[in-house]
Amino acid sequence: MIALRERSIISPDATPSLPGHVRIQYDPVRQAWAVLSPEKVFWPNEVSLDILRHCDGQTTVAGIISALALEYDAAEEDVAADVTAFLQEWTDKLLVKT
Amino acid sequence: MSEATLFPPIGMLAELTHRCPLQCPYCSNPVELLKGNRELDTQTWAQLFRQAADLGVLQVHLSGGEPTVRRDLEELVDGLAMRGVYSNLITAGVNITEDRIRALAEAGLDHVQLSIQGARPATTALISHMHSAYEQKLDTARRVRAAGLPLTINAPIHRHNIEEVPEFIELALSLGAERLEIANVQYSGWALVNRDALMPSREAVEKQMEIVAAAQERLRGIMNIDFVTPDYFATYPKPCMGGWARDAFMVAPDGTVLPCHAAQTIRTLTFERFGERTLREIWTDSPGFNAFRGTDWMQEPCRSCDRREIDWGGCRCQAMAIAGDAAATDPACIKSPIHARMGMLVADAQAAAKTDKGTEFIYRRIAQVREPV
Repeated sequence: MIALRERSIISPDATPSLPGHVRIQYDPVRQAWAVLSPEKVFWPNEVSLDILRHCDGQTTVAGIISALALEYDAAEEDVAADVTAFLQEWTDKLLVKT
Repeated sequence: MSEATLFPPIGMLAELTHRCPLQCPYCSNPVELLKGNRELDTQTWAQLFRQAADLGVLQVHLSGGEPTVRRDLEELVDGLAMRGVYSNLITAGVNITEDRIRALAEAGLDHVQLSIQGARPATTALISHMHSAYEQKLDTARRVRAAGLPLTINAPIHRHNIEEVPEFIELALSLGAERLEIANVQYSGWALVNRDALMPSREAVEKQMEIVAAAQERLRGIMNIDFVTPDYFATYPKPCMGGWARDAFMVAPDGTVLPCHAAQTIRTLTFERFGERTLREIWTDSPGFNAFRGTDWMQEPCRSCDRREIDWGGCRCQAMAIAGDAAATDPACIKSPIHARMGMLVADAQAAAKTDKGTEFIYRRIAQVREPV
């Protein structure tokens, strides 16, 4: 009866997306992007938002890292650590799925 | 209270009705329940939700009583979805058909929070005072998941089910819940009336905290477990509602707009009804909302405390109920001059548990008892 679920560990070939109960939305009252989830509202910073916007269920983590390295004109290995840590944290909170 | 510190509200709890098929003796509704003929009609709720969205509300929790007794719930959910407001249904999960759940999902409902009174059928029957509640709740959970909706299980914890916490964790996992709230009962409303019959022992609370901490670690990334701490055993108080009238409010079935569930137990405050004034006017300008906003109202030890903008003084209603002064430090705080009274009330409850069966609840019913004064 117990659901066999396991913690997802972020790997370069994972394809993260936002689960159905999480959505990013622009709030005209506060003029900021909000992430809405059960019981909680998050106000991600610009970098976090850029990562989340690439979580389309098709782009791999490696692909997200390459794209952000290009956008921010930064070294891929620097971007990789930040992106992986962020996605792992959000996956652990069930705000991102892979 | 300066204009600069007034922010728009993020969350709204809508108590659509006080009608409920269950009679849980810790219900957070006021002891003086409103009958169905006092409820706002569909159009007024819809208008209230539109004003809430305009004001900056991003999440609406549809609660009660049991919100699904309102036949217009789908229409209200649809109105929220049209405005991009995140809707959360807080339900007891009985007397709800599969079609109804599907219709709510189609109307744009975002999330369901289902209460379960005991991890065992007999416990749920004892607490809810409804024989078949457990089986119905499990059916509801399965139907919610089948409709593709995310699920939180809410387990209100007290003396009669605190030993079932490990079973609650397994039950929530087996139902495919994303989230489990192990919510120690807050002693206001009906729970205050039934405090001696509900209060757990310190040993049981400590054991529970170890179990929950271990489960949170073990289930990281699998299921979120939120732990609502028991005030009477606390060192510091909870920042009740995130601070009085700071980023959330609630609305009673008759449209009375309140900073929290129990605010009307503070008899010196007056609150206004939606319709008499707009929601924006009430939020920014109501004397009841402004009474404990920010930190200017605080007395010592809150006033000079480093934690004053963490705890916001704790719960005003608990200060009223135990200290007899709504502007006092929440007695849950170790710095409160009457903090020791919390321990004495716990001891009283444990003594009461030994003298009677400990299950002699005053069940939640309309016109059953009056608010303790």
